[in-house]
Amino acid sequence: MSEVGISSIVGYIPKLRLLRKSVAESNAWLAPNLMGKSKGTRSMASWDEDSVTMSVEAARRLLGPEDDRSHVDNVFLASTTMPFADRLNSGIVRAALTLEESTQCTDISSTLKCGTTALINAISSVQSGKSNYSLVLSSDKRKSRVGSAQELDFGDASAAIGISDNNIIAKVLATSSVSVDFVDHFRAPNEEFDYNWEERWIRDEGYLKIIPKLINNLLKENDINPSEIKKFILPCIFPRVPQTISKICGIDPENVVDNLALNVGDSGSAHPLLMLTHVLENAEPNEKILVCSFGGGGDAILLETTKLISKFENDESISTLLDNGVEETNYMKYLTFNDLVKWEKGMRGEIDRKTALTTLYRHNDAIIGLVGGKCSKTGTIQFPASRVSVSPNSPDIDTQEPYKLSEKRANILSWSADYLSFSVNPPNYYGIVSFEEGGRIMMDFTDVGEGEIESGKDVKMVFRIKAIDEARGFTRYFWKAVPI
Amino acid sequence: MASGIKDKVAILGMGCSKFGERWDTSPDDLMVEAYIEALDDAGIEPNQLDAAWFSHHIDDIGAGKGGTPMSIALRLPNISVTRVENYCASGSEAFRGAVYAVAAGAADIAIALGMEKLKDTGYGGLPATNYGTFGPQIGPSGSAPGNFAQLASAYRAKHGVSAEDMKRAIAHVSVKSHANGAKNPKAHLQKEVTEEQVLNAPMIAEPLGLFDCCGVSDGAAAAIVTTPEIAKSLGKDNLISVKALQLSVSNGLESHHNTWDGSYFHTVRIAAKKAYAEAGITKPREEVSMMEVHDCFSVTELVTMEDLFISEEGQAVKDVMDGFYDADGPVPCQIDGGLKCFGHPIGASGLRMLYEMYLQLQGRADKRQLKNPSIGLTHNLGGQPANNVCSVAIIGSL
Repeated sequence: MSEVGISSIVGYIPKLRLLRKSVAESNAWLAPNLMGKSKGTRSMASWDEDSVTMSVEAARRLLGPEDDRSHVDNVFLASTTMPFADRLNSGIVRAALTLEESTQCTDISSTLKCGTTALINAISSVQSGKSNYSLVLSSDKRKSRVGSAQELDFGDASAAIGISDNNIIAKVLATSSVSVDFVDHFRAPNEEFDYNWEERWIRDEGYLKIIPKLINNLLKENDINPSEIKKFILPCIFPRVPQTISKICGIDPENVVDNLALNVGDSGSAHPLLMLTHVLENAEPNEKILVCSFGGGGDAILLETTKLISKFENDESISTLLDNGVEETNYMKYLTFNDLVKWEKGMRGEIDRKTALTTLYRHNDAIIGLVGGKCSKTGTIQFPASRVSVSPNSPDIDTQEPYKLSEKRANILSWSADYLSFSVNPPNYYGIVSFEEGGRIMMDFTDVGEGEIESGKDVKMVFRIKAIDEARGFTRYFWKAVPI
Repeated sequence: MASGIKDKVAILGMGCSKFGERWDTSPDDLMVEAYIEALDDAGIEPNQLDAAWFSHHIDDIGAGKGGTPMSIALRLPNISVTRVENYCASGSEAFRGAVYAVAAGAADIAIALGMEKLKDTGYGGLPATNYGTFGPQIGPSGSAPGNFAQLASAYRAKHGVSAEDMKRAIAHVSVKSHANGAKNPKAHLQKEVTEEQVLNAPMIAEPLGLFDCCGVSDGAAAAIVTTPEIAKSLGKDNLISVKALQLSVSNGLESHHNTWDGSYFHTVRIAAKKAYAEAGITKPREEVSMMEVHDCFSVTELVTMEDLFISEEGQAVKDVMDGFYDADGPVPCQIDGGLKCFGHPIGASGLRMLYEMYLQLQGRADKRQLKNPSIGLTHNLGGQPANNVCSVAIIGSL
């Protein structure tokens, strides 16, 4: 049997990085102990990002701009913060990526180790021959109470991994899982926030007992000497716990991988995969890497890099993403983006955002996939597709063929910064975006810095939340333009 | 080719309510106010009306749907009332319906009445427009100023105009309209403003500040039309006739095809060409005496000067700054204050424009009266630059 492993891996970290100091200082009157956590920044998703949109972004970076993504056999989407409890979240991702309808899509949730569980499922799928290429996505955007430690510890991010038996940069040596009903925290349905138990108990009875046992069993069963582990990945918000575990297991504590706490924070289910991305982007051939996760037990995956790792490079590596973050010092903006304060939305914010699901389905390719039409007679590209072509002087009927726009080059024709209409992040930037090969859309801009918009400037497409229907709990998605 | 509408229909009478924040006035009261004036001006009784057209854009905060609100408010004698809605050009549509009915011989005398009650929303500016179940799933949740402001960015890019020069030129558009509105007792806004005030006003949608945006008003306007022969038989002289009525509607080219550059109104150019042909006008810059254009925003008026072929392409900024469209300029524009200061009760606006041209042509415009105008043009636009309906009407002495 051919070797199964990771063929590519990439992470996504939202642009904004909330300065922890501004959070801690604002809450110091309430929780002075949190000043001890005021170092560095945490990643902060925009109001229009969630675990689905961040997964789509990571997946696009993984799959590249090619229209043909037919090699993807299945998708495993892992998150503890899925926007829908009952609507296939990975199905939204599939549609956004314009993957085939026959792509099997699975949502994996309910524990912070679900990211690694998704990875193990994907590995099994390829190992069993059911799939030639499995896409693993993991993302979390966890809410936390104002003035809580989690507010400072957490971060928002996602990661995407391609599992294959072809052209792999890291092969899978072994996987192992334990399920333990150790409730360090929990979150009931319809609850916004975690309920946490005492940290010392979580550390001593949880991490320090469950994870060493898991690792020791894995290494023993596969006859691996712990000294062979060159990189040890274990997300943990408690300082030095991974080092203590490494000592217990006989792994060199020097090989414990930085957990990105200083710049990103803990991105929940995505975090072990995000850390793995960072490791693989800098790895040498023939390195053994142990990835572990904690939550409802734990997962362990042992990998070994191949020769191909030396050629592996991401355009937007974790290091690049860390360097390109934009510091956000406005704690109120974080609170507003995450709907943690009752803020004045004005009468213009009262508009009914009920989504006609029939319409959404009829136009699913256009709305979720950004698929337009190309006239087979004149070659005119347009969005959305229509029975009668928009070609000037040639209104051909039923000549449109699907044409994907999300990865095409585009620029700004016209724009405005609107202070009047409702926006969670005013001013409301929108305008007409023209695609270089044809087609245009009047659309929202997002992630816009001051002075970044001008007619003629290039933009890229991103899949984002269009609006949230708070009355019915429905998230509406569409594509937006980001100046580049 | 069709023979056109020129001189087939005359305006028998017109009326216009006071525009503004009419807190104590109902939609019905506004209609009655314009109706009584039009009926008095025409010198006819209600039972002489054969048919009615009623323009009303936002029914959910106004009078409701259908033709009944007008029929009930005015207790019309059970004649046909057709409600028309075509965005902000609805008033011109009502006029077109009434004029066509008379020209066709289906009615001897017809009335067009437009009304909008906007100040029952609870906030400033226009309410969000309902655009179906698909549009909101992809389109920005924007506003009218945000849509029209985009003209400025595209116009600047095309013609190499600096942000500062554009801002100053559109400021002049508003300063001029305020000066005109100050002479109009029916106008919503009757105070002059300085260029500095306009430039320093709060930003609404870049580059449009507060004074770049028209008034959002309550109001109604009406026109009663008939044939020139009937008008004469009713003892009327100094007749004002319809010279042209054209409507051009976007077919998605601007919003879906990359040939449009965003700096002008595709429909305006089409409607204007057809209207000039229908009216027999070959040199609009010289032949048009005055204009009321759809200055919902200052930048709209600026680019419209080119789209109506009064200014050469790329020359509107210069013409505006030279005072070409000021009250004492060669082609006064918005002599009644325009949407900017007379106000913009949507369904009424197209008729309000005609009202001012009608008064001017009859020499009844009081302090605003221009010297011997012979041709008045109205330009009434609905929608937004990328997707709109445009009416161009021309009236003049018969």
